[in-house]
Amino acid sequence: MSADEKLVLDAGGIERALARIAHEIVERNQGISHLALIGIRTRGVFLAERLQQKLYEIEKKEIPVGILDITLYRDDLSEIGPKPEIRETNIPFNLRGKVVILVDDVLFTGRTIRAALDALIDFGRPKVIRLAVLVDRGHRELPIKADHVGKNVPTSLEETVIIRLKEADGRDEAVISGGAEK
Amino acid sequence: MNQTSKTQWTKKDLLGLRDLSAEEIELILDTAKSFSEVSQREVKKVPVLRGRTVVNLFLEPSTRTRVSFELAEKRLSADTISMASGGSSMSKGESLWDTIANIEALKVNLIVMRHGSSGAPHRISNYTKVGIVNAGDGINEHPTQGLLDMFTLREIKGKIKGLKVVFVGDILHSRVARSNVWGLTKLGAEVVICGPKTLIPWGIEELGVKVVHDVKKAMEGADAVTLLRIQMERQNETLFPSIREYASTFGLNTELFKLAKPDAILMHPGPVNRGVEIESALADSPQSYILKQVTNGIAVRMAVLYLLSGALKDEK
Repeated sequence: MSADEKLVLDAGGIERALARIAHEIVERNQGISHLALIGIRTRGVFLAERLQQKLYEIEKKEIPVGILDITLYRDDLSEIGPKPEIRETNIPFNLRGKVVILVDDVLFTGRTIRAALDALIDFGRPKVIRLAVLVDRGHRELPIKADHVGKNVPTSLEETVIIRLKEADGRDEAVISGGAEK
Repeated sequence: MNQTSKTQWTKKDLLGLRDLSAEEIELILDTAKSFSEVSQREVKKVPVLRGRTVVNLFLEPSTRTRVSFELAEKRLSADTISMASGGSSMSKGESLWDTIANIEALKVNLIVMRHGSSGAPHRISNYTKVGIVNAGDGINEHPTQGLLDMFTLREIKGKIKGLKVVFVGDILHSRVARSNVWGLTKLGAEVVICGPKTLIPWGIEELGVKVVHDVKKAMEGADAVTLLRIQMERQNETLFPSIREYASTFGLNTELFKLAKPDAILMHPGPVNRGVEIESALADSPQSYILKQVTNGIAVRMAVLYLLSGALKDEK
């Protein structure tokens, strides 16, 4: 964590938030049959895998995890210059009739989720799609709301929310950066 | 988001692999890998080129390439129009120049062009803001075919560097071979060219390839063999005695292919002339990836169109 960063969730906080979300998911669906997790690249995938592990610990049942890259569905694709890198989407199961929990690290404008919803529908017709995020930082630009939130973090538009996860960054933490000094 | 992506695509045209760096070729191959998944979905369509228009201008016969481009465009949600020389005003004497100017005036974003003259797309590209994709120009290049061959090779072998890739057949008239030679040598493959002396372009060794005239020798240690058809339509002089003699000297059969590595793969850009450059049974053997190449062609072309569309300057 550098000088202008403010800690929002430490490793223990992330762990507890995910554990609570896992319990919420089990309670809401009265079990986890027909359930599937889909993580939005990059960090949503790690969070989805961790939720899968937690759900296994609670229900002793493994539910499938898919990976979604939303680049091709971005609403700013025709506006930006050189095209962003596309990485693989991998949803190795049928979505039809499934309760899909979409997982991302930060919920901000809602545009990523809009793109993810469009992408998911192209893979089939799930029974329900719900949204789980680690941090909701507000400032929505679309009518989108999360069903499961690790932590609500009020932010200003100048600030950035950074989620670091062991799988990609070597440690677990959520921080707010920038904005404060100005 | 993430800033890790290394190479960025800045060209508005894809004219040939000769003009691309190794990094740019790898960027296309990596992008194509992501697009290959789209064709396996229930809804085989992504909204990447929504509202963009692509004209397929095929001034030479084509089935595979044209269909593959059209499908790639449709799977990217582009609006597409396909034109052939027969049904266009070019048969009324309009020049290529004027045809392109008219297409540009129709506010088209990309033109996929096949032309019988080498260099035609290169000339046109300098005078138009429309992005040009070369779908084969004379005997010069067929870049998307070269790319899909390399994609297939990389998919099966896991790499390109250090592989021994052999081309057998009519190299002289083959734009596929030229694109492959440019691309494969840039990515560090060892390229061997094999065929009758009269069908091998003079001085091709300068591009960093090895020329062999004995098929048996060419097969030794090969990781991949690409066969090329004899292009009778481009020959107006006798370059070899007869098709039958060609088939018996250079035609590949199961027996000869055993001289390559045990896990060698067989490729062919099509159309296949069974019994001439390839024995029918070999074309259908498990080591033949001819149809896999066709499938991969769509993903590679989607990747090319996607990357080019990012470099176009739009009139808003």
